Amino acid sequence: MAVSDPAAVHAVLRSHFGDAIGDLAGTRPDNAGTTVAPSAIVEVCRFLKTETGLAFDCLSNLSGVDYPKRNIIEVVYHLYSYRYRHLFVLKVEAPRDNPAVSSVAGVWSAAEWQEREVFDLLGVTFEGHPDLRRILMPEDWPGHPLRKDFVEPEEYHGISTSRESLLKT
Amino acid sequence: MSLINTAPEMALTTKIDDFLNWTRKSSVWYMLFGLACCAIEMMQTGGPRADLDRFGAAPRATPRVSDLIIVSGTLTLKMALRTKVLYDQMPDPKYVISMGSCANCGGLFQLAYSVCDGVDKVIPVDVYVPGCPPRPEALTEGLIKLQEKIQQERWLVRKPVAANA
Ligand code: SF4
Repeated sequence: MAVSDPAAVHAVLRSHFGDAIGDLAGTRPDNAGTTVAPSAIVEVCRFLKTETGLAFDCLSNLSGVDYPKRNIIEVVYHLYSYRYRHLFVLKVEAPRDNPAVSSVAGVWSAAEWQEREVFDLLGVTFEGHPDLRRILMPEDWPGHPLRKDFVEPEEYHGISTSRESLLKT
Repeated sequence: MSLINTAPEMALTTKIDDFLNWTRKSSVWYMLFGLACCAIEMMQTGGPRADLDRFGAAPRATPRVSDLIIVSGTLTLKMALRTKVLYDQMPDPKYVISMGSCANCGGLFQLAYSVCDGVDKVIPVDVYVPGCPPRPEALTEGLIKLQEKIQQERWLVRKPVAANA
Protein backbone atom coordinates (compact mmCIF):
# COMPACT_ATOMS: atom_id res chain seq x y z
CA MET A 1 0.00 0.00 0.00
CA ALA A 2 1.27 3.44 -0.86
CA VAL A 3 2.42 5.81 1.83
CA SER A 4 1.60 9.04 0.07
CA ASP A 5 1.39 11.47 2.96
CA PRO A 6 4.76 13.12 3.82
CA ALA A 7 4.00 12.80 7.51
CA ALA A 8 3.51 9.08 7.05
CA VAL A 9 6.79 8.78 5.10
CA HIS A 10 8.48 10.64 7.91
CA ALA A 11 6.94 8.36 10.52
CA VAL A 12 8.17 5.27 8.67
CA LEU A 13 11.68 6.73 8.48
CA ARG A 14 11.62 7.63 12.19
CA SER A 15 10.60 4.15 13.18
CA HIS A 16 13.43 2.65 11.13
CA PHE A 17 16.27 5.08 11.71
CA GLY A 18 15.36 6.77 14.99
CA ASP A 19 17.53 9.75 15.87
CA ALA A 20 19.21 9.93 12.47
CA ILE A 21 16.02 11.51 11.13
CA GLY A 22 15.21 15.12 12.05
CA ASP A 23 11.82 16.74 12.40
CA LEU A 24 9.34 16.97 9.56
CA ALA A 25 9.67 20.32 7.85
CA GLY A 26 7.48 21.87 5.17
CA THR A 27 3.74 21.80 4.92
CA ARG A 28 2.84 21.10 1.32
CA PRO A 29 3.13 17.60 -0.14
CA ASP A 30 5.67 18.91 -2.65
CA ASN A 31 8.10 20.54 -0.24
CA ALA A 32 7.86 18.44 2.89
CA GLY A 33 11.01 16.73 4.04
CA THR A 34 13.43 16.19 6.81
CA THR A 35 17.08 16.42 7.73
CA VAL A 36 19.15 13.27 7.89
CA ALA A 37 22.34 12.60 9.83
CA PRO A 38 25.31 12.45 7.40
CA SER A 39 26.25 8.97 8.54
CA ALA A 40 22.84 7.55 7.63
CA ILE A 41 22.14 9.15 4.27
CA VAL A 42 23.03 6.20 2.04
CA GLU A 43 21.04 3.74 4.13
CA VAL A 44 18.04 6.09 4.26
CA CYS A 45 18.15 6.57 0.50
CA ARG A 46 18.40 2.86 -0.20
CA PHE A 47 15.51 2.22 2.17
CA LEU A 48 13.34 4.89 0.54
CA LYS A 49 14.06 3.47 -2.89
CA THR A 50 13.50 -0.19 -2.17
CA GLU A 51 10.84 -0.24 0.54
CA THR A 52 7.46 -1.40 -0.73
CA GLY A 53 4.93 1.39 -0.44
CA LEU A 54 7.60 4.10 -0.65
CA ALA A 55 9.40 3.25 -3.91
CA PHE A 56 11.19 6.56 -4.45
CA ASP A 57 12.66 5.37 -7.72
CA CYS A 58 13.64 8.78 -9.05
CA LEU A 59 16.17 11.24 -7.72
CA SER A 60 14.74 14.36 -9.38
CA ASN A 61 17.35 16.72 -8.10
CA LEU A 62 20.44 16.81 -5.96
CA SER A 63 21.72 20.25 -5.12
CA GLY A 64 23.61 22.18 -2.49
CA VAL A 65 23.15 25.38 -0.53
CA ASP A 66 25.81 27.41 1.20
CA TYR A 67 24.94 28.93 4.61
CA PRO A 68 27.99 30.91 5.76
CA LYS A 69 26.27 32.22 8.90
CA ARG A 70 25.42 28.73 10.13
CA ASN A 71 28.83 27.60 8.81
CA ILE A 72 27.34 24.65 6.96
CA ILE A 73 26.73 23.49 3.45
CA GLU A 74 23.47 21.68 2.97
CA VAL A 75 23.04 18.96 0.36
CA VAL A 76 19.42 18.63 -0.72
CA TYR A 77 17.85 15.53 -2.28
CA HIS A 78 14.50 15.81 -4.03
CA LEU A 79 12.97 12.37 -4.40
CA TYR A 80 10.01 11.30 -6.46
CA SER A 81 8.16 8.09 -6.91
CA TYR A 82 6.86 7.41 -10.40
CA ARG A 83 4.91 4.53 -9.03
CA TYR A 84 2.99 6.32 -6.29
CA ARG A 85 3.52 9.91 -7.47
CA HIS A 86 4.67 11.29 -4.16
CA LEU A 87 7.63 13.46 -3.26
CA PHE A 88 9.96 13.80 -0.34
CA VAL A 89 12.94 16.01 0.42
CA LEU A 90 16.04 15.01 2.34
CA LYS A 91 18.67 17.42 3.63
CA VAL A 92 22.15 16.67 4.92
CA GLU A 93 24.30 19.24 6.63
CA ALA A 94 28.06 19.24 6.26
CA PRO A 95 30.63 21.51 7.91
CA ARG A 96 31.67 24.34 5.66
CA ASP A 97 35.45 24.06 5.98
CA ASN A 98 35.65 20.41 4.96
CA PRO A 99 32.31 19.26 3.62
CA ALA A 100 32.15 15.53 2.98
CA VAL A 101 29.00 13.50 2.40
CA SER A 102 28.63 9.87 1.37
CA SER A 103 27.75 9.41 -2.26
CA VAL A 104 24.34 8.02 -3.21
CA ALA A 105 25.50 7.23 -6.75
CA GLY A 106 25.24 3.55 -5.81
CA VAL A 107 21.53 3.98 -5.10
CA TRP A 108 20.47 6.15 -8.04
CA SER A 109 23.06 6.35 -10.79
CA ALA A 110 21.51 9.72 -11.72
CA ALA A 111 23.27 11.07 -8.65
CA GLU A 112 26.66 10.67 -10.29
CA TRP A 113 26.60 13.82 -12.40
CA GLN A 114 24.54 15.81 -9.95
CA GLU A 115 27.05 15.11 -7.21
CA ARG A 116 29.82 16.16 -9.55
CA GLU A 117 27.99 19.44 -10.05
CA VAL A 118 27.68 20.06 -6.32
CA PHE A 119 31.35 19.19 -5.96
CA ASP A 120 32.24 21.56 -8.76
CA LEU A 121 30.21 24.54 -7.61
CA LEU A 122 30.27 24.15 -3.83
CA GLY A 123 33.24 21.95 -3.10
CA VAL A 124 31.43 19.13 -1.34
CA THR A 125 33.44 15.90 -1.45
CA PHE A 126 31.25 12.87 -2.04
CA GLU A 127 32.87 9.85 -0.47
CA GLY A 128 32.58 6.69 -2.53
CA HIS A 129 31.77 8.57 -5.74
CA PRO A 130 33.12 6.62 -8.74
CA ASP A 131 34.46 9.63 -10.66
CA LEU A 132 34.52 12.87 -8.71
CA ARG A 133 35.71 15.53 -11.17
CA ARG A 134 34.55 19.00 -12.08
CA ILE A 135 31.70 18.88 -14.55
CA LEU A 136 30.98 22.47 -15.60
CA MET A 137 33.93 24.68 -14.77
CA PRO A 138 37.37 24.15 -16.35
CA GLU A 139 39.62 21.66 -14.59
CA ASP A 140 42.04 24.39 -13.51
CA TRP A 141 39.39 26.76 -12.15
CA PRO A 142 40.27 28.20 -8.73
CA GLY A 143 37.67 27.65 -6.00
CA HIS A 144 33.99 26.85 -6.04
CA PRO A 145 31.88 29.65 -7.50
CA LEU A 146 28.57 29.09 -5.70
CA ARG A 147 30.15 29.60 -2.31
CA LYS A 148 29.03 32.93 -0.95
CA ASP A 149 32.59 34.05 -0.27
CA PHE A 150 33.89 33.13 -3.72
CA VAL A 151 35.97 35.90 -5.23
CA GLU A 152 36.11 36.01 -9.01
CA PRO A 153 39.70 35.85 -10.23
CA GLU A 154 41.06 38.94 -11.97
CA GLU A 155 41.94 36.99 -15.05
CA TYR A 156 41.79 33.50 -16.46
CA HIS A 157 44.65 32.42 -18.74
CA GLY A 158 45.36 36.03 -19.59
CA ILE A 159 41.71 36.90 -20.30
CA SER A 160 40.64 39.63 -17.92
CA THR A 161 37.27 38.89 -16.35
CA SER A 162 36.06 42.45 -15.94
CA ARG A 163 34.77 44.96 -18.41
CA GLU A 164 33.78 48.57 -17.92
CA SER A 165 30.06 48.79 -17.42
CA LEU A 166 28.20 50.07 -20.43
CA LEU A 167 25.53 51.56 -18.19
CA LYS A 168 27.75 54.13 -16.54
CA THR A 169 28.06 57.38 -18.44
CA MET B 1 27.47 32.74 -86.64
CA SER B 2 31.18 32.44 -86.74
CA LEU B 3 32.96 32.30 -83.45
CA ILE B 4 36.26 33.19 -84.99
CA ASN B 5 37.42 36.75 -85.31
CA THR B 6 34.36 38.23 -83.69
CA ALA B 7 34.57 40.51 -80.74
CA PRO B 8 32.57 39.40 -77.71
CA GLU B 9 29.34 41.22 -77.33
CA MET B 10 30.20 42.28 -73.82
CA ALA B 11 33.47 42.76 -71.98
CA LEU B 12 34.20 43.79 -68.44
CA THR B 13 37.32 45.56 -67.39
CA THR B 14 38.49 45.64 -63.82
CA LYS B 15 41.54 45.78 -61.67
CA ILE B 16 43.12 42.52 -60.59
CA ASP B 17 42.80 43.53 -56.99
CA ASP B 18 39.12 44.20 -57.39
CA PHE B 19 38.62 40.98 -59.26
CA LEU B 20 40.37 38.93 -56.61
CA ASN B 21 38.45 40.66 -53.86
CA TRP B 22 35.21 40.12 -55.73
CA THR B 23 35.88 36.39 -55.89
CA ARG B 24 36.86 36.28 -52.26
CA LYS B 25 33.90 38.21 -50.96
CA SER B 26 31.54 36.09 -53.01
CA SER B 27 32.62 32.89 -51.32
CA VAL B 28 32.90 33.65 -47.66
CA TRP B 29 32.62 30.23 -46.08
CA TYR B 30 31.65 30.61 -42.48
CA MET B 31 32.36 28.23 -39.67
CA LEU B 32 29.37 27.23 -37.60
CA PHE B 33 30.15 28.37 -34.10
CA GLY B 34 26.83 28.46 -32.30
CA LEU B 35 27.30 28.85 -28.59
CA ALA B 36 23.86 29.78 -27.26
CA CYS B 37 20.46 31.12 -28.29
CA CYS B 38 21.96 33.33 -31.01
CA ALA B 39 22.92 30.14 -32.84
CA ILE B 40 19.25 29.47 -33.55
CA GLU B 41 19.06 32.83 -35.29
CA MET B 42 22.23 32.04 -37.22
CA MET B 43 20.64 28.79 -38.42
CA GLN B 44 17.65 30.83 -39.56
CA THR B 45 19.99 33.10 -41.45
CA GLY B 46 21.46 30.11 -43.24
CA GLY B 47 18.00 28.66 -43.83
CA PRO B 48 15.79 29.14 -46.88
CA ARG B 49 14.07 32.37 -45.85
CA ALA B 50 17.05 34.64 -45.16
CA ASP B 51 19.34 32.36 -47.18
CA LEU B 52 22.88 33.51 -46.62
CA ASP B 53 23.91 31.28 -49.53
CA ARG B 54 22.70 34.04 -51.85
CA PHE B 55 25.89 35.89 -50.95
CA GLY B 56 28.10 32.92 -51.53
CA ALA B 57 28.42 32.16 -47.83
CA ALA B 58 28.22 28.47 -47.12
CA PRO B 59 28.34 26.90 -43.69
CA ARG B 60 31.40 24.78 -42.88
CA ALA B 61 31.93 22.43 -40.01
CA THR B 62 35.66 22.81 -39.69
CA PRO B 63 37.93 25.82 -39.20
CA ARG B 64 40.47 24.52 -41.71
CA VAL B 65 38.42 25.50 -44.74
CA SER B 66 36.64 28.52 -43.29
CA ASP B 67 37.19 32.19 -44.05
CA LEU B 68 34.84 33.53 -41.44
CA ILE B 69 33.85 32.59 -37.95
CA ILE B 70 30.48 33.82 -36.71
CA VAL B 71 30.68 33.77 -32.92
CA SER B 72 27.02 33.51 -32.03
CA GLY B 73 26.22 33.18 -28.38
CA THR B 74 27.50 33.42 -24.85
CA LEU B 75 31.21 32.79 -24.67
CA THR B 76 32.29 31.15 -21.43
CA LEU B 77 35.85 31.38 -20.21
CA LYS B 78 36.18 27.65 -20.74
CA MET B 79 35.12 28.05 -24.36
CA ALA B 80 37.22 31.18 -24.87
CA LEU B 81 40.43 29.15 -24.86
CA ARG B 82 38.99 26.74 -27.41
CA THR B 83 37.77 29.64 -29.55
CA LYS B 84 41.33 30.88 -29.76
CA VAL B 85 42.54 27.43 -30.84
CA LEU B 86 39.88 27.22 -33.55
CA TYR B 87 40.64 30.72 -34.79
CA ASP B 88 44.33 29.88 -35.02
CA GLN B 89 43.48 26.87 -37.17
CA MET B 90 41.74 28.96 -39.80
CA PRO B 91 43.85 29.83 -42.85
CA ASP B 92 44.55 33.49 -43.59
CA PRO B 93 42.87 35.73 -44.62
CA LYS B 94 40.25 35.22 -41.94
CA TYR B 95 37.45 37.28 -40.52
CA VAL B 96 35.32 37.33 -37.40
CA ILE B 97 31.72 38.42 -36.95
CA SER B 98 30.66 38.83 -33.35
CA MET B 99 26.94 38.17 -33.28
CA GLY B 100 24.73 39.36 -30.45
CA SER B 101 25.24 41.18 -27.18
CA CYS B 102 26.81 38.17 -25.52
CA ALA B 103 29.63 37.84 -28.01
CA ASN B 104 30.02 41.64 -28.17
CA CYS B 105 30.34 42.37 -24.47
CA GLY B 106 29.02 39.49 -22.42
CA GLY B 107 25.47 40.73 -22.73
CA LEU B 108 23.22 40.14 -19.79
CA PHE B 109 25.60 37.51 -18.44
CA GLN B 110 28.65 39.75 -18.29
CA LEU B 111 28.78 39.75 -14.49
CA ALA B 112 28.66 35.96 -14.25
CA TYR B 113 31.78 34.26 -12.96
CA SER B 114 32.05 31.89 -15.89
CA VAL B 115 31.42 34.27 -18.80
CA CYS B 116 34.07 35.90 -20.95
CA ASP B 117 32.62 39.35 -21.53
CA GLY B 118 33.32 39.87 -25.19
CA VAL B 119 34.93 37.67 -27.82
CA ASP B 120 37.22 40.58 -28.74
CA LYS B 121 39.21 39.76 -25.63
CA VAL B 122 40.44 36.59 -27.34
CA ILE B 123 40.30 37.13 -31.11
CA PRO B 124 40.11 40.29 -33.28
CA VAL B 125 36.60 41.11 -34.44
CA ASP B 126 35.75 42.66 -37.82
CA VAL B 127 32.01 43.22 -37.55
CA TYR B 128 29.87 43.53 -34.43
CA VAL B 129 26.19 42.74 -34.88
CA PRO B 130 24.11 44.14 -32.01
CA GLY B 131 20.93 42.56 -30.75
CA CYS B 132 19.71 39.90 -28.38
CA PRO B 133 19.42 38.01 -30.60
CA PRO B 134 20.00 39.87 -33.87
CA ARG B 135 17.38 39.06 -36.47
CA PRO B 136 18.52 37.17 -39.58
CA GLU B 137 18.29 40.46 -41.49
CA ALA B 138 20.79 41.97 -39.08
CA LEU B 139 23.25 39.14 -39.52
CA THR B 140 22.83 39.37 -43.28
CA GLU B 141 23.62 43.06 -43.00
CA GLY B 142 26.69 42.13 -40.98
CA LEU B 143 27.86 39.84 -43.76
CA ILE B 144 27.29 42.55 -46.36
CA LYS B 145 29.32 44.96 -44.26
CA LEU B 146 32.08 42.38 -44.12
CA GLN B 147 31.93 41.97 -47.90
CA GLU B 148 32.35 45.72 -48.27
CA LYS B 149 35.41 45.50 -46.08
CA ILE B 150 36.85 42.63 -48.10
CA GLN B 151 36.22 44.48 -51.35
CA GLN B 152 38.33 47.40 -50.19
CA GLU B 153 41.37 45.39 -49.22
CA ARG B 154 44.53 45.79 -51.29
CA TRP B 155 46.80 42.80 -51.72
CA LEU B 156 48.89 43.55 -54.78
CA VAL B 157 50.22 46.93 -53.72
CA ARG B 158 53.82 46.58 -52.71
CA LYS B 159 54.24 47.59 -49.11
CA PRO B 160 56.73 50.44 -48.66
CA VAL B 161 60.04 49.08 -47.44
CA ALA B 162 61.15 50.53 -44.15
CA ALA B 163 64.02 53.01 -44.53
CA ASN B 164 66.49 51.17 -42.35
CA ALA B 165 65.81 47.73 -43.81
S1 SF4 C 1 22.86 37.89 -27.20
FE1 SF4 C 1 20.87 37.24 -26.36
S2 SF4 C 1 20.12 35.74 -27.85
FE2 SF4 C 1 22.32 35.98 -28.20
S3 SF4 C 1 23.31 34.39 -27.01
FE3 SF4 C 1 23.22 36.22 -25.75
S4 SF4 C 1 21.34 36.02 -24.55
FE4 SF4 C 1 21.20 34.59 -26.26
